[in-house]
Amino acid sequence: MTEGGLWSEAGRRLRNNRAAVIAGGLLVLLVLASLLAPLASRYAIDQVDWTLSPLASPPSLGNGHWFGTDSNGRDLFVRVWSGTQVSLLVALLATLVSLAIGVAWGATAGYLGGRVDEWMMRFVDVLYALPYMFFVIILTVVFGRSLLLIFLAIGAVGWLTMARIVRGQAMALRQREFVAAAITLGLPTHRIIARHIVPNVLGTVVVYATLTVPQVILFESFLSFLGLGVQEPLTSLGRLVAEGALEMETAPWQLLVPSAVLALLLLCLNFLGDGLRDALDPRAD
Amino acid sequence: MLGYALRRLLGVVPTFLLIVSAAFFLMRAAPGGPFDAEQTLPPEIAANLQAAYGLDQPVLVQFGRYLSGLARGDLGPSFRMKDFTVAELIGRGLPVTLTIGAAALVLAVLLGVPLGMLAALRRNGWVDHAVMSVALAGIAVPGFVVAPVLALVFGIRLGWLPVAGWEAGSVRHMVLPVITLALPFVAYVARLTRGSLLEVLQSGYIRTARAKGLAERVVLGRHALKPTLLPVISFLGPAAAALLTGSLVVEQVFGLPGVGRYFVQGAINRDYTLVMGMVIFYAALILLLNLAVDLLYGWLDPRIRHD
Repeated sequence: MTEGGLWSEAGRRLRNNRAAVIAGGLLVLLVLASLLAPLASRYAIDQVDWTLSPLASPPSLGNGHWFGTDSNGRDLFVRVWSGTQVSLLVALLATLVSLAIGVAWGATAGYLGGRVDEWMMRFVDVLYALPYMFFVIILTVVFGRSLLLIFLAIGAVGWLTMARIVRGQAMALRQREFVAAAITLGLPTHRIIARHIVPNVLGTVVVYATLTVPQVILFESFLSFLGLGVQEPLTSLGRLVAEGALEMETAPWQLLVPSAVLALLLLCLNFLGDGLRDALDPRAD
Repeated sequence: MLGYALRRLLGVVPTFLLIVSAAFFLMRAAPGGPFDAEQTLPPEIAANLQAAYGLDQPVLVQFGRYLSGLARGDLGPSFRMKDFTVAELIGRGLPVTLTIGAAALVLAVLLGVPLGMLAALRRNGWVDHAVMSVALAGIAVPGFVVAPVLALVFGIRLGWLPVAGWEAGSVRHMVLPVITLALPFVAYVARLTRGSLLEVLQSGYIRTARAKGLAERVVLGRHALKPTLLPVISFLGPAAAALLTGSLVVEQVFGLPGVGRYFVQGAINRDYTLVMGMVIFYAALILLLNLAVDLLYGWLDPRIRHD
């Protein structure tokens, strides 16, 4: 089957997967909302609306706080969407970090094979055994809590599965004629890996990346929920859920609104990722 | 079998030492000392404090001391909770954490396996789609969203169950934490069981069993069940690690006096010794549970141990 045939076939299968199509559409809306809503709102994320009494106002169309306000009188509509923005940003950057490391590591190990491969994958196995959430928490204790650290830390532990997947593919590609041709032409090894191995594993990489993004969002909100992630004045969905949980008896909307947005975001990403995987690799269950 | 067990055990030791060294040297790499936060101390007192905790020694000597303490089960004192050692705090919290963790694991298997089998037997029917969609939701929606929402609905609005707190032996206090903790694992086990049973049902010996004219009940119970459960069992190792991670959130939300709560408090207060000791403890626990699962797996499936 030709390359174009493979992709158009996959596209057709994806379009036939109703759950994935709906998830994709909702996801576009969520991303647009997170980008546009903070611009369109007349409140800033840390602006207190002193006209309210009490400061915690339930969602209302009348006073312009569509999602209500938190207990400090800050507008939740703008806080939820800018929190979504932070979560998405961390997810994208951390996924890119883990892709870069994972693809380079896996392609090198798989292409070179032999002793090098054995040691490189042994290293991955050992890291796999580490309770990495606990290590990320150690990192936050040691180096303080910053956005940069969070995505470096998440990216640094997220590449392991990617490396394994890419290695498997690279081992198969090594046997192909075009690689033999490249070797015969005398291309240096790093160029063969960069030009011939990496481009051919990208399909798998894309699928796996869409499944990594929700994991990273989860990871970041987990840390933020525990108070170890994103710090004021920035906010993220995990932090908003944590703040809402403290006030749930008197102001349940503070918990329910960010929880709903986070759940929706994660569900969409998972359904879309599952759909993409099924479309590109119908045999995998 | 004994040789297999020994090989496995020897594989665990270097990983554990690596974890201990990584934790130790990361902590030493931290900018600032543990006493910097308090008001400026006169140099003599600072020196005495350093000496009391052995911080005036070279790093390698400190590491040696830490290792020999570790061998005796001594994880050192907590820097912030001055009256407690790390081992005491773990000892206090462990029964709570283990109780809810074990209950969640049992619930996950008891619910997840039948649901997954049902979905596989009704493949592509509405039962299958319903179970798999709910399972995906169970995996996707995190515990820290589920936990407060459950507390809000069943604790505050309906008033059926306590919102938070812990009384030893009180089942009512356990219900919400255990459900929250178990939910993603029920989902995962269901998915694994479904996939695994579908594969098993296509294998030759199932066709043979059916061709012999055995009742479907016997085919499933006697021939298909055991191989179907193998992936579920190998999932229990990583699941144990994920359960410990999940208990961080559940203990926080429901105010349970477990290990996870001390750990999070320690991390927020930058209690170096507590966090380091607990990471080492968690790592040891996870490695041991993985080892136990490996051995169980090797016992069930002879192909593995002769690999």
